[in-house]
Amino acid sequence: MTGMTIAAELAEQVTRALADATDVATLRAVESGAFPAEAWAALDGLGLAAALVAEDHGGAGLGFQDAMPLIEALGRAGAPVPLAEAIAASALLAAAGITPPEGTLTFAAAGARVPCARHALHVALADGATVALYAAGALRIEPGTNIGREPRDTVAVTGAPVAQGTLPNAWGSEAALLLTALIRAAQIAGAMQAALALAVEHANTRKQFGRPIGRFQAIQQQLAVFAAESSAVSVAAAAAARAADQRGLANAAFEIGCAKITAGEAAARGAAIAHQVLAAMGITEEHALHHYTRRLWAWRDEGGSERFWSARIGQAAQQGGALWPFLTSRDEESAA
Amino acid sequence: MTGLRFDLRDPPPGAAALRAEVRAFITEQESRWTPEVRARSWMGFDRDFTRAVGARGWIGMCWPKAYGGGERSFLERLIVLEEMLAAGAPVGAHWIGDRQSGPLILRLGTEAQRAKFLPKIVTGDYAFCIGLSEPDSGSDLASLRTRADRVEGGWKLNGRKIWTTFGHLCDWMIALVRTSAPPEGGSKHQGLSQMLVDLKAPGVTIRPIRDLVGEEGFNEITFDDVMLPDDALVGQEGAGWAQATSELAFERSGPDRYLSSHPLLEASLDALRNDASAAPALGRQVARLWTLRAMSTAVAGMLQDGADPVRQAALVKDLGNDFEQALPHAMRGLMDVDAMPETMRRLHDYLTQITPTFSLRGGTREIMRGIIARELGLR
Ligand SMILES: Cc1cc2nc3c(=O)[nH]c(=O)nc-3n(C[C@H](O)[C@H](O)[C@H](O)COP(=O)(O)OP(=O)(O)OC[C@H]3O[C@@H](n4cnc5c(N)ncnc54)[C@H](O)[C@@H]3O)c2cc1C
Repeated sequence: MTGMTIAAELAEQVTRALADATDVATLRAVESGAFPAEAWAALDGLGLAAALVAEDHGGAGLGFQDAMPLIEALGRAGAPVPLAEAIAASALLAAAGITPPEGTLTFAAAGARVPCARHALHVALADGATVALYAAGALRIEPGTNIGREPRDTVAVTGAPVAQGTLPNAWGSEAALLLTALIRAAQIAGAMQAALALAVEHANTRKQFGRPIGRFQAIQQQLAVFAAESSAVSVAAAAAARAADQRGLANAAFEIGCAKITAGEAAARGAAIAHQVLAAMGITEEHALHHYTRRLWAWRDEGGSERFWSARIGQAAQQGGALWPFLTSRDEESAA
Repeated sequence: MTGLRFDLRDPPPGAAALRAEVRAFITEQESRWTPEVRARSWMGFDRDFTRAVGARGWIGMCWPKAYGGGERSFLERLIVLEEMLAAGAPVGAHWIGDRQSGPLILRLGTEAQRAKFLPKIVTGDYAFCIGLSEPDSGSDLASLRTRADRVEGGWKLNGRKIWTTFGHLCDWMIALVRTSAPPEGGSKHQGLSQMLVDLKAPGVTIRPIRDLVGEEGFNEITFDDVMLPDDALVGQEGAGWAQATSELAFERSGPDRYLSSHPLLEASLDALRNDASAAPALGRQVARLWTLRAMSTAVAGMLQDGADPVRQAALVKDLGNDFEQALPHAMRGLMDVDAMPETMRRLHDYLTQITPTFSLRGGTREIMRGIIARELGLR
């Protein structure tokens, strides 16, 4: 219970810092290739990058579930700074016995595109269970973007790593994929809340036929579906994070996959509803909505798409005997 | 949007042991269940089975021991419900009493009412049905016209209820009826009361209504000058609307709102175990099921804490109904009906016909979404 209070407080802090230091203009700047240095400084100043690092290694020692509300809060602001990446990368490095460096830090599975590599002082690359930390100077970076126009860069290693380590079994050989899936699921929950709030506000202010369009049941019913999907993603991300805390990241692949499928499907449904409700206005560059919907579409594909995960979850179920005993055997009882 | 908050809950200590106990019990019973029985889920009425469940202490689990209850938590009760539904056990004879009539009597009934009804629900001797809908009052429930008028020594009941599930097999109904006219210019939600109606009383006529499957599940029940004793009133006279709506969080959030088709998912997985091409479609269903289970468990935790998660319940019901309703069609997309093993085909055939009811019973999809829209500030 105290853990949840900490989680809520951190999310509050991040929400406030983001509100002070970022707005839609920040998202526009990020999408045109700039790095929001002031916003990063403000958020980095909270010392949250080491949130998941154990206390005896200088971190806050929080669990994955504790971190979900703050990553949701980042998603709610369109994730203008790569703080979720820094949090996950620090956790990954610490697990491999490497002290996380100060400053901008990101990560990816070897071969995958790296979020914000071009702006990072350090990049952690995980090749199976081997984690290597590189300074920017040891990498050749080819800039790329996703549908959200967020930096998603291709990197080639040209120099030696600063440090190298091996992940313990509990983290497994897919840790970078699983961490990416988990943080994107939580960010999707946040971005859905932001898009829903924009859609509700529009529905209450835009008038047609003499009344706010939100008075029309067709609009109400669609936004209700959006709200339900949005809640489902929050619950799914939190439940996946809880499984990772209880059983280790590697043994929570099933739950993380289920959460990512739920998030990806919900993102598509929510984005479509938001655009239907905002109609032509929501298509304009000027309106904030597309910054969220384009991120929703992009994040579906990062850390494994619905297609990728549903094939794996389906196989796990096919090999797991009767489904209900299989599902319930993964429950972890609370302490007496 | 605080009404849409969910906090996760872990299963309670001893969960796995309780699950194993329920599973062993089901294994003893299930040889008698045809695929159609399983497909009926909580719409399957089997008094003998209910008595056996009661004997194990799994009805009224959360009620005080003084009334035959088990003083267990909501989360323990949830384990029993999940196991029963996942297996397609015919729990209909105690479902309503355990889920809402008993809890209502416990919360708002007099001491005499608790002592009279609760122990008999627990043993399976009293089965309850829900008397809300009327021929002219469905979603607009407060427009109902069945009335109970004060007379010497009690109340005189006149009117008609409809779609009453298992009315012809049950012993008691809790009926929402009008006991006074709404105040001039006031809301029609005032002047309603909840009444305990003995379905064997003179003046009660029960007419089963055959459904599209060809079965008699629900009924039309007519009341002609039915005499109710003074203590037929549950709770406060005139407060029936608030009382009935406070039952809804119990009625709408449970695993019965997403597991109604579950036996078909199990049979499909069995039939498709070696079909690699079916994995992605099965995986999507499993992911959805997993998410719904976490949401439903969260709501049970809120009920345990004494909160009134009526909006979360509407939200979980809507998502859950969508899931359980779409399942037969999704499975049909993975295997032609003629190629399905017999059990799977019979589950599929029955469920295909009955799934439209999922988003009607307990309040329609449109009404659930209206509740969520109100929470969003749209109405
Ligand atoms: C299998 C089954 C078992 C049932 N068991 C019971 C029982 O045991 N006891 C009991 O009392 N009742 C029972 N019901 C009745 C159930 O509660 C009603 O069917 C339900 O409340 C809808 O009422 P209706 O059928 O009269 O439909 P209506 O209210 O006439 O609705 C028809 C359509 O109009 C839509 N609609 C109505 N009002 C609105 C609105 N304001 N906005 C948007 N759309 C609207 C509805 O969503 C629906 O799609 C059962 C129903 C079924 C199918």
